[in-house]
Amino acid sequence: MALLDIKNLTVEFKTASGWFRAVDNVSVTVDKGEVLAIVGESGSGKSVSMLAVMGLLPWTAKVTADRMQFEGQDLLSMSSKARRKIIGKDIAMIFQEPMSSLNPCFTVGFQITEALKAHLDMDRQARRRRAVELLTLVGIPAPEQRLSSFPHQLSGGMNQRVMIAMAIACSPKLLIADEPTTALDVTIQAQILELLVKLQKETGMGLVLITHSMGVVAETAERVSVQYAGQKVEEQPVTGLFNDPHHPYTAALLSALPERAKGRKLPSIPGVVPGQFDRPNGCLFAPRCQLATDLCRNSVPMRVAGTLCHYPLRNGKPDSHPGKEQAA
Amino acid sequence: MSIVVTAKNLARYYAVSRGTFARPATLKALDGASFTLERGKTLAVVGESGCGKSTLARLVTMIEVPTAGSLNIGGEEIVGASSATLRALRPKVQIVFQNPYGSLNPRQKIGNALEEPLLVNSRVSAAERTDRARAMMESVGLRPEHYDRYPHMFSGGQRQRIAIARALMLDPEILVLDEPVSALDISIQAQVLNLLSDLQQQHNLAYLFISHDLSVVRHIANEVMVMYLGRVVEQGARDSVFGNPQHPYTQALLSATPHPDPSRKRDRILLHGELPSPLKPPAGCTFHPRCPKVFGPCSTFNPTLLEHEGSLVACHAVNEPKADTEAA
Repeated sequence: MALLDIKNLTVEFKTASGWFRAVDNVSVTVDKGEVLAIVGESGSGKSVSMLAVMGLLPWTAKVTADRMQFEGQDLLSMSSKARRKIIGKDIAMIFQEPMSSLNPCFTVGFQITEALKAHLDMDRQARRRRAVELLTLVGIPAPEQRLSSFPHQLSGGMNQRVMIAMAIACSPKLLIADEPTTALDVTIQAQILELLVKLQKETGMGLVLITHSMGVVAETAERVSVQYAGQKVEEQPVTGLFNDPHHPYTAALLSALPERAKGRKLPSIPGVVPGQFDRPNGCLFAPRCQLATDLCRNSVPMRVAGTLCHYPLRNGKPDSHPGKEQAA
Repeated sequence: MSIVVTAKNLARYYAVSRGTFARPATLKALDGASFTLERGKTLAVVGESGCGKSTLARLVTMIEVPTAGSLNIGGEEIVGASSATLRALRPKVQIVFQNPYGSLNPRQKIGNALEEPLLVNSRVSAAERTDRARAMMESVGLRPEHYDRYPHMFSGGQRQRIAIARALMLDPEILVLDEPVSALDISIQAQVLNLLSDLQQQHNLAYLFISHDLSVVRHIANEVMVMYLGRVVEQGARDSVFGNPQHPYTQALLSATPHPDPSRKRDRILLHGELPSPLKPPAGCTFHPRCPKVFGPCSTFNPTLLEHEGSLVACHAVNEPKADTEAA
């Protein structure tokens, strides 16, 4: 049984001009001890889908799913009291921008022990010992003194470590890391990623890594799910994704990376991600896709072997494509 | 001569107040940087936050005056220059900021934002200002109808195009790009990088490209300058810095950068600890507390930038191989 099993998750937000669909029929499964990466550009719904799992979306959001289970328990139908017992204990999340996610009014020690107090039956001393142990685990020097520091007294990298310590406080079975390194410098990013992977290996928890950096994906993930404009367009093991991307969007994204560029000119993707008012009728990527035909523009593609495309690529060649002439 | 900027031992110190009774401390934001900028070429400055990259940008754009050293722009020495000379020089150097959401006035139409540099710095008629603004919009890939729109109606990539267009309105020779693509998504980043390289060819611009993203730097730069805590640690042609990184910090920085290739083997040099406080920089080489190759003289003497295998490197371990063997 999968640790987290989501089928056809849809999240819609109520706006002044109707419902806006931020996540569109996304299915995600995460097994024990697995590292799943969710990649996509801003506005692709990657954070929102995981916030829906955590139940942290505002009241303007409408969450629907055929199935949303954690260890076989249905997250959608359970009472909010029962759900709160799981969230923060068995499922934990590391948020992006550590500086703004920590409460500036409370000490780091207070914020770490808060989760322990809510979920575990520990006395004051035990909680403090556990907090020191956690700070040591995430590599913060002089942890006893650090417990009484406020977030503004620590650097960005240190705050991110505190966030990780808070998330793993109750030894979660599933850890969701939402852009854990985006706000950090590269050398600190390397330290944090190393730490996350090490913790994941040691505790055998499932790890969902939300990121927009292909480099981070290549170095840490086992399975990758690519999202575009709220839809999951492709899912593959990491080597397959980088060697033989099936969706034209993934292929275009990979070739736009400066590391993969052949000449001075980067092969960029024209246009921008569609918003609320310019959502295409057919495939959402069609207006920016070089291979798009009338079929793509008018009808919604089916999912074939994990790829949401009319003409999925096989070794760089589109399957049963009528030819470049018709694409224009 | 196509050299437009010559800097020698450029330094900028700030006095930081430490309370009413304590003497103000000196913060050496930039401590001795020498470089030249050539038309049609790109000098990239890389380093982590707090290494003095942005201070360098502020000096070259004449927003601030250097504390020591000499800075020659377009044949004129700017240290101790009269305000009239500075005023005449300023249009030659323009800057594009990191965050396109913060650097455009939300209450100013795009057309007016583009015309403002001309309004302030030249005596061109209103009709000609409009013409030039429209021509510039076309050359950066904006549509004519965007002229009357406000910044909130644009995406991040388009805003960065507007910022670039505004910087080019006065026909500068030097463009300082302070992390111009780090706030953008991959597909948009490729578009903006292509635009920058086209514009450089068309206008024969000298770029001072400030970035922490090494893959972007490797793509766009001709020369690279690696900085750490206000000091230049390695400087040289792109291929020699990336192909044969010599300073341990450059090596660590390169190995910490995630590479989008899952099959590549990882032999990361993990740097321990974080950037020390610039108010109390370590004695000797400022990098020595984190350096994997630290030995005898590192904690007492500050290394000078010396030529070694085609690059300029400031490291005892590289420049004094004899001492290295003694220590080992």
